[in-house]
Amino acid sequence: MNFNVIVCIKQVPGTIEVKIDPKTNTLIREGIENIINPFDMYAIEEGVRIKERLKTSFPDLKVNVIAMTMGPTQAEKILRDAISSGVDKSILLSDKAFAGADTLATANTIASAITKIDDFKIIICGKQTIDGDTGQVGPELAKCLGIPFVGYVSEISYLDDSKINVKQLKDKKYELLEVNLPVVLSVLKEINNPRIPSLRNMMKAKSEIIEKWGLGELGLDENEVGLQGSKTRVIKIFKPEVKTETKIIEGDPDKQVDELYDELKKYCKV
Amino acid sequence: MSYFYSEEQKMIIEICSKLVEEKIKPMRAQLDEEEIFPSEIIKEIGRSDLFRLFIPEQYGGMGTGILEVCIATEILSKGCLGVATSYAASGLGFLPILISGSEEQKKKYLPDLASGEKLASFGLTEPEAGSDAGSIKTRAELEGDYYILNGTKQWITNGGEADIYTIFAITNPSKGARGASAFILEKGMEGFSFGKKEKKLGIRASATRELIFENCHVPKENIIGKEGMGFLIAMKTLDKSRPAVGAQAVGVAQAALEEALNYSKIRNQFNAPISSFQAIQHMLADMATNVEAARLLVYHAAKAVDENLKESSRLAAMAKLFASDVAMKVTTDAVQIFGGYGYMRDYPVEKMMRDAKITQIYEGTNQIQRNIIALDLIKNGF
Repeated sequence: MNFNVIVCIKQVPGTIEVKIDPKTNTLIREGIENIINPFDMYAIEEGVRIKERLKTSFPDLKVNVIAMTMGPTQAEKILRDAISSGVDKSILLSDKAFAGADTLATANTIASAITKIDDFKIIICGKQTIDGDTGQVGPELAKCLGIPFVGYVSEISYLDDSKINVKQLKDKKYELLEVNLPVVLSVLKEINNPRIPSLRNMMKAKSEIIEKWGLGELGLDENEVGLQGSKTRVIKIFKPEVKTETKIIEGDPDKQVDELYDELKKYCKV
Repeated sequence: MSYFYSEEQKMIIEICSKLVEEKIKPMRAQLDEEEIFPSEIIKEIGRSDLFRLFIPEQYGGMGTGILEVCIATEILSKGCLGVATSYAASGLGFLPILISGSEEQKKKYLPDLASGEKLASFGLTEPEAGSDAGSIKTRAELEGDYYILNGTKQWITNGGEADIYTIFAITNPSKGARGASAFILEKGMEGFSFGKKEKKLGIRASATRELIFENCHVPKENIIGKEGMGFLIAMKTLDKSRPAVGAQAVGVAQAALEEALNYSKIRNQFNAPISSFQAIQHMLADMATNVEAARLLVYHAAKAVDENLKESSRLAAMAKLFASDVAMKVTTDAVQIFGGYGYMRDYPVEKMMRDAKITQIYEGTNQIQRNIIALDLIKNGF
């Protein structure tokens, strides 16, 4: 029996100084090296660990860890990086028609790709990306596939070939959940400590042929994907204006303290 | 700088640099201060395939040369020489098996050492036999199917932490050094125990212990090669491992140089960064020139070992000698550039200076290296 673990990853700009094109409301990606979304590194590591755990408890099970991303051809780089980090194979979803997708159109496209893979059991996403920051693709993916979603997972405490026990972070508490497979999980950075790539995997990653699936392979219509298939539009992206004001309080220290106290009272309840 | 690295060598550098930045640097001060053996980091090094480098593919390795081992060791040493020593000492421990072991021994021991699941250790030095390695006293006597070992090994790196030990003992006392033989011992063998963990000046993350043999029963098939070959196996092993000690020295020197350079640009005295003063500039220039020269000698020696050139033993000794002297000088100068701050444990350069000293001492003191070089010159010329 096959047990396929699919890790959804995304390429993001490897910088904290992201610039936005005011005309298109999209990220300016030129001249910036793309990296795997840092939260997705924990998803990759957990996928590889699931394989290692099952190998011990279910030696006859054929477990594959597959990394998947939707993006332009350049996104192949992060799929190779994922192989360096231990995944068995990578698939690139790429088509001009996929461009401009919102989270739902993205989830719909990825879901169509996942249904082409037999025996998918666990789908893992990072909790959110560092560029879009929405954290929506994971739950939407589960909805598209009609399977459960557990977000903010900090531990997989039990795992077999049909169910999984996970520890989920809620506002101020953890919940332990038992879920039947297949399932979509989004994982927190507490879940593991990603390994350093191995030399053999790096060499494999260099020569591996990355499968590329477009609109035709997924059997989707143009109006279901990309900008056309999106239900939301970004109208404007802007930095919130931060107003700063400086006031110098003078006079003898006692008077200064009183005045400062009065000033602070205006802004908050002291 | 590229040094014409191959694709594979660049990957090794990338992996080792990640290990240094993500796993070693955040831990090194604590490992040093509390003298903790870096088990988790060693596991991570194993998962990254670095123990596989020099082991042939049929035993689970990747069949690279010593040059690749040197490159990995150099980069790891930039992070922490204690960690890099623990890594390199396993290689030193399994080299005798690789050089002279039987097919059965290689199949039995090398795969677990290649994966990093087990660590190896090399046991030659004794309380009365340091530079004079030929005067070891540990005795091995054949009784039936076992060699019975009695004696003590001293200052053994990875002692107590390793699972597999290559031990040198005298099988025929009347023949002196030619009466020595090499054996494979496993942790847990009856009569094999460990002495106290030594407290050291530097490389404090590495474990150094005594090995004690009290009527230790070693199956006779665990002899490496034949009786009397021990000293030859030890010398062949050290000829191959020496460039990696040079690489350790280059790594720690490079790290100290980088620290000193960065610090000199941000430390202001007399209203100017100290890097603007010629006194500091000349120190930095000499440090960088020496590190560069040491690195090239190490790479050259490693290539000579890989090509089995007749000068390889001499070159390996030169690389170890020169690079370790450079490391001591450069790390000391780095502390000097840091001034009072450099003497404090808040900055990493004092540790580098303490660590560097061992590279002039272990795997043959630099005085012994000079003997090797001179005798080779006199005997073989150019």
